[in-house]
Amino acid sequence: MSVASAFFYLFSGIMIASAFMVIAARNPVHSVLFLILAFVNASGLFILLGAEFLAMILVVVYVGAVAVLFLFVVMMLDVDFAELKQGFLQYLPVGALIGIIVAIELVLVVGGFTPSPATMAAARSPTPPDVSNTMALGLVLYTKHVYFFQAAGMILLTAMIGSIVLTLRHKPGVKRQDISEQNARTREEAMEVRKVPSRKGV
Amino acid sequence: MDFSWLLPLLIILGKSLLLIAALLIFVAYILYADRKIWAAVQLRRGPNVVGPWGLLQSFADMLKFVLKEPIIPDGANKGVFLLAPFVMGTLSLAAWAVVPVADGWAIADLNVGILYIFAISSLGVYGVIMGGWASNSKYPFLSALRSAAQMVSYEVSIGFVIVTVLLVAGSLNLSDIVRAQDTAYGALGWYWLPLFPMFIIFFISALAETNRPPFDLVEAESELVAGFMVEYSSVPYMLFMLGEYVAIVTMCALTVILFMGGWLSPIPFAPFTMVPGVIWFVLKTCMVFFMFAMVKAFVPRYRYDQLMRLGWKVFLPISLFMVVAVAGVLQFMQVKGWR
Repeated sequence: MSVASAFFYLFSGIMIASAFMVIAARNPVHSVLFLILAFVNASGLFILLGAEFLAMILVVVYVGAVAVLFLFVVMMLDVDFAELKQGFLQYLPVGALIGIIVAIELVLVVGGFTPSPATMAAARSPTPPDVSNTMALGLVLYTKHVYFFQAAGMILLTAMIGSIVLTLRHKPGVKRQDISEQNARTREEAMEVRKVPSRKGV
Repeated sequence: MDFSWLLPLLIILGKSLLLIAALLIFVAYILYADRKIWAAVQLRRGPNVVGPWGLLQSFADMLKFVLKEPIIPDGANKGVFLLAPFVMGTLSLAAWAVVPVADGWAIADLNVGILYIFAISSLGVYGVIMGGWASNSKYPFLSALRSAAQMVSYEVSIGFVIVTVLLVAGSLNLSDIVRAQDTAYGALGWYWLPLFPMFIIFFISALAETNRPPFDLVEAESELVAGFMVEYSSVPYMLFMLGEYVAIVTMCALTVILFMGGWLSPIPFAPFTMVPGVIWFVLKTCMVFFMFAMVKAFVPRYRYDQLMRLGWKVFLPISLFMVVAVAGVLQFMQVKGWR
Protein backbone atom coordinates (compact mmCIF):
# COMPACT_ATOMS: atom_id res chain seq x y z
CA MET A 1 0.00 0.00 0.00
CA SER A 2 1.51 3.30 -1.03
CA VAL A 3 1.65 6.39 1.17
CA ALA A 4 -0.92 8.15 -1.01
CA SER A 5 -3.49 5.38 -0.62
CA ALA A 6 -2.84 5.23 3.13
CA PHE A 7 -3.65 8.93 3.30
CA PHE A 8 -6.69 8.40 1.07
CA TYR A 9 -8.11 5.85 3.52
CA LEU A 10 -7.20 8.07 6.47
CA PHE A 11 -8.92 11.16 5.04
CA SER A 12 -11.97 9.34 3.70
CA GLY A 13 -12.35 7.27 6.87
CA ILE A 14 -12.30 10.35 9.10
CA MET A 15 -14.58 12.17 6.68
CA ILE A 16 -17.24 9.44 6.69
CA ALA A 17 -17.01 9.04 10.46
CA SER A 18 -17.32 12.78 11.06
CA ALA A 19 -20.17 13.06 8.54
CA PHE A 20 -21.97 10.39 10.54
CA MET A 21 -21.24 12.24 13.77
CA VAL A 22 -22.78 15.41 12.29
CA ILE A 23 -26.19 13.75 12.47
CA ALA A 24 -25.45 11.57 15.51
CA ALA A 25 -24.00 14.20 17.87
CA ARG A 26 -26.42 15.34 20.59
CA ASN A 27 -25.07 18.86 20.86
CA PRO A 28 -25.63 20.91 17.68
CA VAL A 29 -22.36 22.81 18.21
CA HIS A 30 -20.51 19.49 18.17
CA SER A 31 -22.36 18.69 14.93
CA VAL A 32 -21.02 21.85 13.30
CA LEU A 33 -17.50 21.09 14.54
CA PHE A 34 -17.73 17.62 13.00
CA LEU A 35 -18.99 19.23 9.79
CA ILE A 36 -15.85 21.38 9.78
CA LEU A 37 -13.71 18.27 10.29
CA ALA A 38 -15.46 16.71 7.28
CA PHE A 39 -14.69 19.83 5.18
CA VAL A 40 -11.03 19.76 6.15
CA ASN A 41 -10.74 16.08 5.24
CA ALA A 42 -12.48 16.74 1.92
CA SER A 43 -9.80 19.31 1.16
CA GLY A 44 -7.19 16.67 2.04
CA LEU A 45 -8.78 14.41 -0.58
CA PHE A 46 -8.61 17.26 -3.11
CA ILE A 47 -4.87 17.57 -2.42
CA LEU A 48 -4.42 13.84 -3.04
CA LEU A 49 -6.18 14.30 -6.39
CA GLY A 50 -3.68 17.04 -7.29
CA ALA A 51 -6.31 19.80 -7.11
CA GLU A 52 -4.51 21.92 -4.52
CA PHE A 53 -6.21 25.18 -5.57
CA LEU A 54 -9.68 23.73 -4.96
CA ALA A 55 -8.48 22.26 -1.66
CA MET A 56 -7.27 25.61 -0.36
CA ILE A 57 -10.35 27.48 -1.62
CA LEU A 58 -12.55 24.90 0.11
CA VAL A 59 -10.80 25.62 3.40
CA VAL A 60 -10.80 29.41 2.94
CA VAL A 61 -14.42 29.74 1.82
CA TYR A 62 -16.29 26.94 3.58
CA VAL A 63 -14.28 26.41 6.75
CA GLY A 64 -12.90 29.92 7.18
CA ALA A 65 -16.05 31.90 6.42
CA VAL A 66 -19.27 29.93 5.92
CA ALA A 67 -18.81 27.50 8.80
CA VAL A 68 -17.86 30.33 11.19
CA LEU A 69 -21.21 32.02 10.61
CA PHE A 70 -22.94 28.65 10.80
CA LEU A 71 -21.27 27.94 14.12
CA PHE A 72 -22.43 31.27 15.47
CA VAL A 73 -26.02 30.78 14.43
CA VAL A 74 -26.03 27.39 16.15
CA MET A 75 -24.32 28.76 19.27
CA MET A 76 -26.85 31.59 19.58
CA LEU A 77 -29.88 29.32 19.12
CA ASP A 78 -31.52 28.26 22.32
CA VAL A 79 -32.40 24.69 21.41
CA ASP A 80 -34.38 22.54 23.79
CA PHE A 81 -33.10 19.01 23.16
CA ALA A 82 -35.82 17.19 25.08
CA GLU A 83 -38.46 18.89 22.98
CA LEU A 84 -36.57 18.04 19.80
CA LYS A 85 -36.39 14.37 20.70
CA GLN A 86 -40.09 14.19 21.57
CA GLY A 87 -41.50 14.17 18.08
CA PHE A 88 -38.81 11.83 16.79
CA LEU A 89 -40.93 8.64 16.52
CA GLN A 90 -43.89 10.56 15.15
CA TYR A 91 -41.89 11.86 12.19
CA LEU A 92 -39.84 8.68 11.69
CA PRO A 93 -42.02 7.08 8.94
CA VAL A 94 -42.11 10.23 6.80
CA GLY A 95 -38.40 10.86 7.33
CA ALA A 96 -37.50 7.28 6.53
CA LEU A 97 -39.64 7.38 3.37
CA ILE A 98 -37.92 10.56 2.13
CA GLY A 99 -34.53 9.08 2.99
CA ILE A 100 -35.25 5.90 1.03
CA ILE A 101 -36.50 7.85 -1.99
CA VAL A 102 -33.37 10.03 -2.01
CA ALA A 103 -31.15 6.94 -1.61
CA ILE A 104 -32.87 5.18 -4.54
CA GLU A 105 -32.52 8.29 -6.71
CA LEU A 106 -28.83 8.54 -5.83
CA VAL A 107 -28.26 4.90 -6.74
CA LEU A 108 -30.10 5.36 -10.06
CA VAL A 109 -28.17 8.50 -10.93
CA VAL A 110 -24.75 7.18 -9.94
CA GLY A 111 -25.46 3.76 -11.53
CA GLY A 112 -26.38 5.28 -14.88
CA PHE A 113 -23.50 7.77 -14.87
CA THR A 114 -20.96 7.56 -17.70
CA PRO A 115 -18.43 10.32 -18.35
CA SER A 116 -18.52 11.71 -21.87
CA PRO A 117 -15.87 10.25 -24.22
CA ALA A 118 -14.39 13.71 -24.79
CA THR A 119 -13.76 14.18 -21.06
CA MET A 120 -12.19 10.76 -20.77
CA ALA A 121 -9.89 11.51 -23.69
CA ALA A 122 -8.89 14.81 -22.10
CA ALA A 123 -8.28 13.13 -18.74
CA ARG A 124 -5.94 10.61 -20.36
CA SER A 125 -3.80 13.25 -22.05
CA PRO A 126 -0.72 14.17 -19.98
CA THR A 127 -0.83 17.34 -17.86
CA PRO A 128 1.60 19.96 -19.18
CA PRO A 129 4.33 20.32 -16.54
CA ASP A 130 4.55 24.13 -16.61
CA VAL A 131 0.83 24.78 -16.00
CA SER A 132 -0.28 24.58 -12.37
CA ASN A 133 -3.94 23.88 -11.77
CA THR A 134 -4.50 27.42 -10.52
CA MET A 135 -3.33 28.76 -13.89
CA ALA A 136 -5.27 26.10 -15.77
CA LEU A 137 -8.49 27.10 -13.99
CA GLY A 138 -7.81 30.78 -14.59
CA LEU A 139 -7.12 30.24 -18.28
CA VAL A 140 -10.55 28.68 -18.94
CA LEU A 141 -12.57 30.51 -16.30
CA TYR A 142 -11.76 34.00 -17.57
CA THR A 143 -11.78 33.21 -21.30
CA LYS A 144 -14.02 30.37 -22.35
CA HIS A 145 -16.53 30.53 -19.49
CA VAL A 146 -16.30 34.22 -18.69
CA TYR A 147 -20.04 34.88 -19.16
CA PHE A 148 -21.04 32.06 -16.82
CA PHE A 149 -18.47 33.28 -14.35
CA GLN A 150 -19.84 36.82 -14.49
CA ALA A 151 -23.40 35.51 -14.25
CA ALA A 152 -22.49 33.58 -11.09
CA GLY A 153 -20.97 36.75 -9.67
CA MET A 154 -24.13 38.74 -10.49
CA ILE A 155 -26.32 36.13 -8.79
CA LEU A 156 -24.18 36.26 -5.66
CA LEU A 157 -24.28 40.06 -5.69
CA THR A 158 -28.06 40.03 -6.00
CA ALA A 159 -28.34 37.61 -3.09
CA MET A 160 -26.04 39.80 -1.04
CA ILE A 161 -28.02 42.98 -1.75
CA GLY A 162 -31.25 41.08 -1.10
CA SER A 163 -30.16 39.88 2.32
CA ILE A 164 -29.01 43.37 3.28
CA VAL A 165 -32.31 44.90 2.16
CA LEU A 166 -34.27 42.27 4.11
CA THR A 167 -32.41 42.87 7.36
CA LEU A 168 -31.97 46.64 7.15
CA ARG A 169 -34.06 48.45 9.73
CA HIS A 170 -34.25 52.19 10.15
CA LYS A 171 -35.11 52.92 13.74
CA PRO A 172 -35.84 56.55 14.51
CA GLY A 173 -34.13 58.11 17.48
CA VAL A 174 -31.07 55.86 17.53
CA LYS A 175 -27.85 57.67 18.39
CA ARG A 176 -25.09 56.78 15.96
CA GLN A 177 -21.42 57.58 15.69
CA ASP A 178 -20.74 60.02 12.86
CA ILE A 179 -17.07 59.48 12.15
CA SER A 180 -16.65 62.35 9.68
CA GLU A 181 -18.18 64.76 12.17
CA GLN A 182 -15.88 63.44 14.90
CA ASN A 183 -12.83 63.78 12.71
CA ALA A 184 -13.81 67.30 11.65
CA ARG A 185 -13.72 68.57 15.22
CA THR A 186 -10.99 71.06 15.85
CA ARG A 187 -9.07 71.69 19.00
CA GLU A 188 -10.99 74.90 19.64
CA GLU A 189 -14.43 73.30 19.78
CA ALA A 190 -13.34 70.10 21.49
CA MET A 191 -11.50 71.46 24.49
CA GLU A 192 -11.28 74.54 26.57
CA VAL A 193 -8.50 75.55 28.94
CA ARG A 194 -9.45 77.41 32.08
CA LYS A 195 -7.45 78.80 34.89
CA VAL A 196 -9.05 77.45 38.04
CA PRO A 197 -8.46 79.70 41.03
CA SER A 198 -7.74 77.84 44.21
CA ARG A 199 -10.81 77.14 46.48
CA LYS A 200 -13.19 78.65 43.90
CA GLY A 201 -13.97 75.84 41.48
CA VAL A 202 -14.74 76.28 37.79
CA MET B 1 7.01 -4.34 0.85
CA ASP B 2 8.62 -1.20 -0.50
CA PHE B 3 10.24 1.03 2.10
CA SER B 4 11.76 3.62 -0.25
CA TRP B 5 9.43 6.28 1.19
CA LEU B 6 10.89 5.85 4.66
CA LEU B 7 14.08 7.87 4.13
CA PRO B 8 12.36 10.99 2.67
CA LEU B 9 9.82 10.76 5.50
CA LEU B 10 12.60 10.78 8.10
CA ILE B 11 14.30 13.71 6.37
CA ILE B 12 11.04 15.69 6.37
CA LEU B 13 10.47 14.84 10.02
CA GLY B 14 13.98 16.00 10.91
CA LYS B 15 13.54 19.27 9.00
CA SER B 16 10.18 19.92 10.64
CA LEU B 17 11.58 19.30 14.13
CA LEU B 18 14.50 21.60 13.42
CA LEU B 19 12.19 24.35 12.16
CA ILE B 20 9.80 24.00 15.11
CA ALA B 21 12.68 24.09 17.61
CA ALA B 22 14.18 27.19 15.97
CA LEU B 23 10.74 28.81 15.77
CA LEU B 24 9.90 28.16 19.41
CA ILE B 25 13.20 29.62 20.61
CA PHE B 26 12.65 32.60 18.30
CA VAL B 27 9.14 33.06 19.73
CA ALA B 28 10.51 32.92 23.30
CA TYR B 29 12.83 35.83 22.50
CA ILE B 30 10.16 37.67 20.51
CA LEU B 31 8.00 37.57 23.64
CA TYR B 32 10.93 38.89 25.68
CA ALA B 33 11.60 41.60 23.07
CA ASP B 34 7.93 42.58 23.08
CA ARG B 35 7.97 43.12 26.84
CA LYS B 36 11.33 44.92 26.78
CA ILE B 37 10.27 47.30 23.99
CA TRP B 38 6.97 47.99 25.70
CA ALA B 39 8.82 48.66 28.94
CA ALA B 40 11.38 50.92 27.27
CA VAL B 41 8.65 53.08 25.73
CA GLN B 42 7.06 53.49 29.16
CA LEU B 43 10.47 54.17 30.81
CA ARG B 44 10.35 50.92 32.76
CA ARG B 45 13.05 48.24 32.84
CA GLY B 46 10.93 45.24 31.86
CA PRO B 47 11.89 41.66 32.73
CA ASN B 48 15.42 41.78 34.16
CA VAL B 49 15.66 39.17 36.92
CA VAL B 50 15.79 35.69 35.38
CA GLY B 51 19.15 35.19 33.67
CA PRO B 52 21.46 37.97 32.46
CA TRP B 53 19.29 41.01 31.46
CA GLY B 54 16.26 38.78 32.04
CA LEU B 55 17.05 36.76 28.92
CA LEU B 56 15.62 33.55 30.38
CA GLN B 57 12.31 35.12 31.42
CA SER B 58 10.21 33.34 28.76
CA PHE B 59 11.59 29.95 29.76
CA ALA B 60 10.85 30.63 33.42
CA ASP B 61 7.30 31.59 32.45
CA MET B 62 6.94 28.38 30.45
CA LEU B 63 8.11 26.29 33.37
CA LYS B 64 5.62 28.02 35.63
CA PHE B 65 2.72 27.38 33.24
CA VAL B 66 3.64 23.72 32.97
CA LEU B 67 3.87 23.24 36.74
CA LYS B 68 0.57 24.98 37.56
CA GLU B 69 -2.70 23.14 37.94
CA PRO B 70 -5.03 23.31 34.93
CA ILE B 71 -8.49 24.36 36.07
CA ILE B 72 -11.54 23.38 34.05
CA PRO B 73 -14.76 25.24 34.98
CA ASP B 74 -17.66 23.13 36.12
CA GLY B 75 -20.08 24.24 33.42
CA ALA B 76 -17.54 24.04 30.62
CA ASN B 77 -17.91 21.75 27.66
CA LYS B 78 -14.81 19.76 28.54
CA GLY B 79 -13.83 18.30 25.17
CA VAL B 80 -14.18 21.52 23.20
CA PHE B 81 -12.66 23.51 26.06
CA LEU B 82 -9.44 21.49 25.92
CA LEU B 83 -9.47 21.14 22.13
CA ALA B 84 -9.50 24.91 21.52
CA PRO B 85 -5.93 25.72 22.69
CA PHE B 86 -4.58 22.72 20.81
CA VAL B 87 -6.32 23.88 17.62
CA MET B 88 -4.82 27.34 18.07
CA GLY B 89 -1.29 26.09 18.77
CA THR B 90 -1.23 23.46 16.04
CA LEU B 91 -2.65 25.68 13.32
CA SER B 92 -0.27 28.53 13.97
CA LEU B 93 2.70 26.17 13.80
CA ALA B 94 1.30 24.43 10.70
CA ALA B 95 1.51 27.65 8.68
CA TRP B 96 5.31 27.47 8.86
CA ALA B 97 5.40 24.36 6.67
CA VAL B 98 5.45 26.52 3.54
CA VAL B 99 7.44 29.57 4.67
CA PRO B 100 10.73 29.80 2.74
CA VAL B 101 13.27 31.14 5.24
CA ALA B 102 15.99 31.09 2.56
CA ASP B 103 16.25 30.07 -1.10
CA GLY B 104 14.97 26.48 -1.18
CA TRP B 105 14.64 26.27 2.60
CA ALA B 106 10.92 25.56 2.78
CA ILE B 107 9.72 22.23 4.15
CA ALA B 108 6.98 22.06 1.52
CA ASP B 109 7.44 24.33 -1.50
CA LEU B 110 3.73 24.29 -2.36
CA ASN B 111 2.71 26.01 -5.56
CA VAL B 112 -0.30 27.43 -3.69
CA GLY B 113 1.79 28.40 -0.66
CA ILE B 114 0.19 31.79 -0.11
CA LEU B 115 -3.30 30.28 -0.29
CA TYR B 116 -2.22 27.66 2.24
CA ILE B 117 -1.13 30.33 4.72
CA PHE B 118 -4.33 32.28 4.06
CA ALA B 119 -6.40 29.15 4.68
CA ILE B 120 -4.54 28.26 7.87
CA SER B 121 -4.82 31.78 9.25
CA SER B 122 -8.54 31.83 8.48
CA LEU B 123 -8.85 28.64 10.53
CA GLY B 124 -7.16 30.36 13.47
CA VAL B 125 -10.48 31.93 14.46
CA TYR B 126 -11.80 28.51 15.51
CA GLY B 127 -9.47 28.31 18.49
CA VAL B 128 -10.96 31.57 19.77
CA ILE B 129 -14.58 30.69 19.02
CA MET B 130 -14.33 27.20 20.53
CA GLY B 131 -12.55 28.49 23.61
CA GLY B 132 -15.07 31.30 24.04
CA TRP B 133 -18.10 29.10 23.67
CA ALA B 134 -16.86 26.10 25.66
CA SER B 135 -15.96 28.26 28.67
CA ASN B 136 -19.71 28.73 29.24
CA SER B 137 -19.18 32.22 30.56
CA LYS B 138 -20.28 35.66 29.37
CA TYR B 139 -16.99 37.48 28.80
CA PRO B 140 -15.35 34.70 26.78
CA PHE B 141 -18.46 34.39 24.61
CA LEU B 142 -18.59 38.13 23.91
CA SER B 143 -14.91 37.96 23.05
CA ALA B 144 -15.51 35.07 20.65
CA LEU B 145 -18.24 37.11 18.92
CA ARG B 146 -15.92 40.07 18.53
CA SER B 147 -13.03 37.99 17.30
CA ALA B 148 -15.06 36.22 14.63
CA ALA B 149 -16.40 39.48 13.24
CA GLN B 150 -12.97 41.11 13.37
CA MET B 151 -11.02 38.29 11.76
CA VAL B 152 -13.56 37.75 8.97
CA SER B 153 -13.61 41.50 8.20
CA TYR B 154 -9.86 41.95 7.99
CA GLU B 155 -9.34 38.73 6.07
CA VAL B 156 -11.21 40.33 3.19
CA SER B 157 -8.76 43.21 2.85
CA ILE B 158 -5.74 40.94 3.46
CA GLY B 159 -7.05 38.75 0.64
CA PHE B 160 -7.21 41.67 -1.79
CA VAL B 161 -3.74 42.91 -0.77
CA ILE B 162 -2.37 39.43 -1.45
CA VAL B 163 -4.13 39.43 -4.83
CA THR B 164 -2.29 42.59 -5.90
CA VAL B 165 1.05 41.02 -4.93
CA LEU B 166 0.15 37.84 -6.79
CA LEU B 167 -0.78 39.84 -9.90
CA VAL B 168 2.63 41.51 -9.95
CA ALA B 169 4.61 38.38 -9.06
CA GLY B 170 2.59 36.08 -11.32
CA SER B 171 2.77 33.14 -8.94
CA LEU B 172 1.16 31.71 -5.81
CA ASN B 173 4.40 30.10 -4.70
CA LEU B 174 6.07 31.99 -1.86
CA SER B 175 9.60 31.32 -3.16
CA ASP B 176 8.63 32.57 -6.64
CA ILE B 177 7.12 35.71 -5.09
CA VAL B 178 10.48 36.43 -3.44
CA ARG B 179 12.41 35.64 -6.62
CA ALA B 180 10.17 38.03 -8.57
CA GLN B 181 11.40 40.83 -6.27
CA ASP B 182 15.05 40.08 -7.09
CA THR B 183 15.92 43.10 -9.24
CA ALA B 184 19.02 45.24 -9.75
CA TYR B 185 17.57 47.94 -7.47
CA GLY B 186 17.84 45.92 -4.27
CA ALA B 187 15.56 47.15 -1.51
CA LEU B 188 13.94 49.70 -3.87
CA GLY B 189 12.76 46.91 -6.17
CA TRP B 190 10.85 45.08 -3.45
CA TYR B 191 7.08 45.37 -3.55
CA TRP B 192 6.75 47.72 -0.57
CA LEU B 193 7.61 50.65 -2.83
CA PRO B 194 5.64 49.96 -6.04
CA LEU B 195 2.64 48.71 -4.03
CA PHE B 196 3.11 51.22 -1.23
CA PRO B 197 -0.45 51.79 0.07
CA MET B 198 -0.95 48.03 0.04
CA PHE B 199 2.05 47.54 2.30
CA ILE B 200 0.52 49.81 4.93
CA ILE B 201 -2.90 48.20 4.59
CA PHE B 202 -1.36 44.76 4.92
CA PHE B 203 0.57 45.76 8.01
CA ILE B 204 -2.49 47.22 9.74
CA SER B 205 -4.69 44.30 8.71
CA ALA B 206 -2.05 41.91 10.03
CA LEU B 207 -2.27 43.69 13.39
CA ALA B 208 -6.04 43.23 13.35
CA GLU B 209 -5.84 39.63 12.15
CA THR B 210 -3.53 38.63 15.00
CA ASN B 211 -5.53 40.59 17.62
CA ARG B 212 -2.59 42.82 18.42
CA PRO B 213 -3.09 46.23 19.97
CA PRO B 214 -4.60 48.65 18.89
CA PHE B 215 -7.07 46.01 17.65
CA ASP B 216 -7.00 43.72 20.69
CA LEU B 217 -10.70 44.14 21.43
CA VAL B 218 -10.90 40.38 21.71
CA GLU B 219 -9.00 40.52 24.97
CA ALA B 220 -9.55 44.13 25.96
CA GLU B 221 -8.84 43.93 29.66
CA SER B 222 -10.85 47.00 30.58
CA GLU B 223 -13.99 45.52 29.04
CA LEU B 224 -13.67 41.73 28.89
CA VAL B 225 -11.02 40.91 31.54
CA ALA B 226 -8.97 38.58 29.33
CA GLY B 227 -11.51 37.79 26.64
CA PHE B 228 -11.71 34.19 25.52
CA MET B 229 -8.82 33.23 27.83
CA VAL B 230 -10.57 34.18 31.09
CA GLU B 231 -11.28 30.60 32.15
CA TYR B 232 -7.97 29.15 30.99
CA SER B 233 -4.97 28.39 33.15
CA SER B 234 -1.73 26.46 33.02
CA VAL B 235 -0.77 24.61 29.81
CA PRO B 236 -3.98 25.38 27.85
CA TYR B 237 -3.39 29.08 28.52
CA MET B 238 0.22 28.72 27.46
CA LEU B 239 -0.86 27.08 24.20
CA PHE B 240 -3.18 30.03 23.47
CA MET B 241 -0.35 32.44 24.21
CA LEU B 242 2.08 30.44 22.08
CA GLY B 243 -0.40 30.21 19.21
CA GLU B 244 -0.96 33.95 19.33
CA TYR B 245 2.74 34.79 19.22
CA VAL B 246 3.54 32.21 16.53
CA ALA B 247 0.71 33.74 14.46
CA ILE B 248 2.28 37.16 14.97
CA VAL B 249 5.68 35.89 13.81
CA THR B 250 3.96 34.25 10.82
CA MET B 251 2.38 37.55 9.88
CA CYS B 252 5.77 39.31 10.21
CA ALA B 253 7.37 36.65 8.00
CA LEU B 254 4.54 36.99 5.47
CA THR B 255 5.04 40.76 5.36
CA VAL B 256 8.73 40.14 4.71
CA ILE B 257 8.03 37.64 1.94
CA LEU B 258 5.33 39.64 0.18
CA PHE B 259 6.73 43.15 0.49
CA MET B 260 10.33 43.11 1.71
CA GLY B 261 12.09 40.62 -0.53
CA GLY B 262 12.18 37.59 1.77
CA TRP B 263 15.74 36.28 1.99
CA LEU B 264 17.14 38.80 -0.54
CA SER B 265 19.88 41.22 0.42
CA PRO B 266 18.74 44.87 0.51
CA ILE B 267 21.92 45.97 -1.30
CA PRO B 268 22.37 43.80 -4.37
CA PHE B 269 26.17 43.55 -4.67
CA ALA B 270 29.09 41.49 -3.48
CA PRO B 271 29.74 41.72 0.28
CA PHE B 272 26.05 41.89 1.13
CA THR B 273 24.84 39.13 -1.20
CA MET B 274 27.34 36.72 0.40
CA VAL B 275 25.47 36.88 3.73
CA PRO B 276 23.27 33.74 3.99
CA GLY B 277 19.63 34.41 3.06
CA VAL B 278 18.28 33.11 6.36
CA ILE B 279 20.10 35.90 8.23
CA TRP B 280 18.50 38.59 6.09
CA PHE B 281 15.14 36.87 6.55
CA VAL B 282 15.44 36.78 10.35
CA LEU B 283 16.70 40.38 10.48
CA LYS B 284 13.79 41.63 8.39
CA THR B 285 11.29 39.62 10.42
CA CYS B 286 12.69 41.16 13.61
CA MET B 287 12.39 44.61 12.04
CA VAL B 288 8.72 44.09 11.20
CA PHE B 289 8.13 42.70 14.68
CA PHE B 290 9.76 45.80 16.14
CA MET B 291 7.12 47.85 14.33
CA PHE B 292 4.40 45.52 15.73
CA ALA B 293 5.79 46.05 19.24
CA MET B 294 6.06 49.82 18.86
CA VAL B 295 2.46 50.05 17.66
CA LYS B 296 1.42 48.11 20.77
CA ALA B 297 3.37 50.49 22.94
CA PHE B 298 2.04 53.82 21.71
CA VAL B 299 -1.30 53.50 19.94
CA PRO B 300 -4.48 53.60 22.05
CA ARG B 301 -7.04 50.85 21.55
CA TYR B 302 -9.67 51.29 18.84
CA ARG B 303 -13.38 51.48 19.57
CA TYR B 304 -15.24 48.52 18.06
CA ASP B 305 -17.27 50.56 15.55
CA GLN B 306 -14.09 52.34 14.43
CA LEU B 307 -12.47 48.96 13.86
CA MET B 308 -15.35 47.79 11.67
CA ARG B 309 -15.43 51.09 9.81
CA LEU B 310 -11.71 50.93 9.08
CA GLY B 311 -11.99 47.39 7.72
CA TRP B 312 -15.10 47.70 5.59
CA LYS B 313 -15.29 51.38 4.63
CA VAL B 314 -11.62 52.31 4.26
CA PHE B 315 -9.46 49.26 3.55
CA LEU B 316 -11.91 47.27 1.45
CA PRO B 317 -12.62 50.06 -1.13
CA ILE B 318 -8.93 51.04 -1.33
CA SER B 319 -7.71 47.48 -1.81
CA LEU B 320 -10.51 46.68 -4.25
CA PHE B 321 -9.60 49.73 -6.30
CA MET B 322 -5.90 48.83 -6.16
CA VAL B 323 -6.56 45.31 -7.48
CA VAL B 324 -8.25 46.83 -10.54
CA ALA B 325 -5.60 49.54 -10.91
CA VAL B 326 -2.65 47.14 -10.60
CA ALA B 327 -4.19 44.67 -13.04
CA GLY B 328 -4.88 47.53 -15.48
CA VAL B 329 -1.34 48.90 -15.26
CA LEU B 330 0.17 45.45 -15.76
CA GLN B 331 -2.08 44.76 -18.73
CA PHE B 332 -1.49 48.06 -20.53
CA MET B 333 2.22 48.35 -19.78
CA GLN B 334 2.75 44.74 -20.92
CA VAL B 335 5.08 44.09 -17.97
CA LYS B 336 7.51 41.24 -18.48
CA GLY B 337 6.24 37.89 -17.24
CA TRP B 338 2.62 39.05 -17.34
CA ARG B 339 0.39 37.48 -19.93
